[in-house]
Amino acid sequence: MRSERTIDGPGKIVLSFTVNGTGVEIAVARHKTLLEVLREDLGLTGTKHGCELGECGACTVILDGAPVLACLVPAAACTGARVETVEGMAVGPALHPLQDEFAEAGAAQCGYCTSGMLLAAKNLLESNRDPTRDEIRRALAGNLCRCTGYLQIYEAIERAAARMRGAT
Amino acid sequence: MLRLPDFQYHAPRTVEEAVALKVKHGANAAFVAGGTDLLPNMKRRIRKCGHLVDVSHIDELRSAGAFEGGLRLGAAVSLEEAASNEAVRTVCPAYAEAALLVATPTIRRMGTVGGNLCLDTRCLFYNQSYEWRKGIDFCMKADGTICRVAESSPKCIAVSSSDTAPVALAAGATIELCGPGGKRAVSADSFYLGDGIDYMAKKEDELLTALVIPDQTGAQSAYVKVRARGSIDFPVIGVAVWMRRRSSDAPVEDARVVLGAVFPDPREVPAAAEALIGRALDAESIRDAADAAFRAAKPVDNTDGALSWRKEMIRVSTKRALERLGSAR
Repeated sequence: MRSERTIDGPGKIVLSFTVNGTGVEIAVARHKTLLEVLREDLGLTGTKHGCELGECGACTVILDGAPVLACLVPAAACTGARVETVEGMAVGPALHPLQDEFAEAGAAQCGYCTSGMLLAAKNLLESNRDPTRDEIRRALAGNLCRCTGYLQIYEAIERAAARMRGAT
Repeated sequence: MLRLPDFQYHAPRTVEEAVALKVKHGANAAFVAGGTDLLPNMKRRIRKCGHLVDVSHIDELRSAGAFEGGLRLGAAVSLEEAASNEAVRTVCPAYAEAALLVATPTIRRMGTVGGNLCLDTRCLFYNQSYEWRKGIDFCMKADGTICRVAESSPKCIAVSSSDTAPVALAAGATIELCGPGGKRAVSADSFYLGDGIDYMAKKEDELLTALVIPDQTGAQSAYVKVRARGSIDFPVIGVAVWMRRRSSDAPVEDARVVLGAVFPDPREVPAAAEALIGRALDAESIRDAADAAFRAAKPVDNTDGALSWRKEMIRVSTKRALERLGSAR
């Protein structure tokens, strides 16, 4: 299952997995992380490259239904996996309610942490449709933001959750 | 950019396959599950592994639950799963507390029971990029010859930074290992060696397969952690307390107090346990135990936080942990 094939000499693997619902098969350097493959090989630069050491949460993506730090996942471990990035959140021109509310609330300033925040929040709302402020704080504890002070982010998530429940 | 060095990835499905891969590639291979400890160290060129043996797809390492009055936690169970497991929360609440205090939710979903027990010892002069370490001409734990914290120290004093290991010791747990010669079990107490470099008794070719916590009937436990930021950091002090007594006003029959993030191993403080055994758990016995923990602790300047403050927080944390047991019944 999760085996690797070597092509065209050493150091490369063929990786086949699903990104935002689309099957992808691509030859990549075998030492790359999921983050590097997304950004460098697939051109999906919405996932941000922060501390590279698992400390900041900027590279959070959803892997097989759970948030992970893409900077610490070997791409080779993703064969057959389903990956969701921020690029998969909007449907055509329609933003995801979280994206909409982040924009509305000013929950992004420099924007570097935003895609990680959005995915961590999306994952939270999938298991908890009506989270308390404290549950939101805990779910986002690994996503650092140096601009907003977090308040607008929490408010945006609460408003998006209400919209997604049909409460507004 | 901090890139990983080149490696080949393996995903064995059984413990035997995993061990065979490790034997085949020797010191050039490393077992990995969540990768949250190993991969940053590879990026910093502290660890150079040509082969990563990912054990997170091995079914027999992925189960957790009640076992003979205690618990058996497979090494590849995530810390998040362990912390939210009902049996864990009931049988050994301190383990659940400690697991829940590791890093962030995302790291806990990636990081595992086995990984946290095997966590590499940490130091301000070690967990740095290659260039940073080169700038100080390295240290004895990686690429260098002397200790940068205490230059006359004959051995490495990097600190055990696991939150779950002190609880494992306090609860009298056993660690199961599997190597090419077969399986063996080691008490958590003898698993940690107290040397910052050779910090655990697991042999190079052995895979940690499970943590077994014995029957906890009548036992109480708690874990208190001090860290710079409540949302993520490694402990600068951790205290696990465990005790057994017949009822809330009966004298303490047995106790253990274990310090984390002070020494290169999670360190039991027998004098603190002695201050409790045979006495009621009250303000006086708690104070004596906290004082004993304070006296036994000799933190060195290798984590965040001023030394004197960390030492004082050992007293405070021991007191808080014991008070929690006092108010639990």
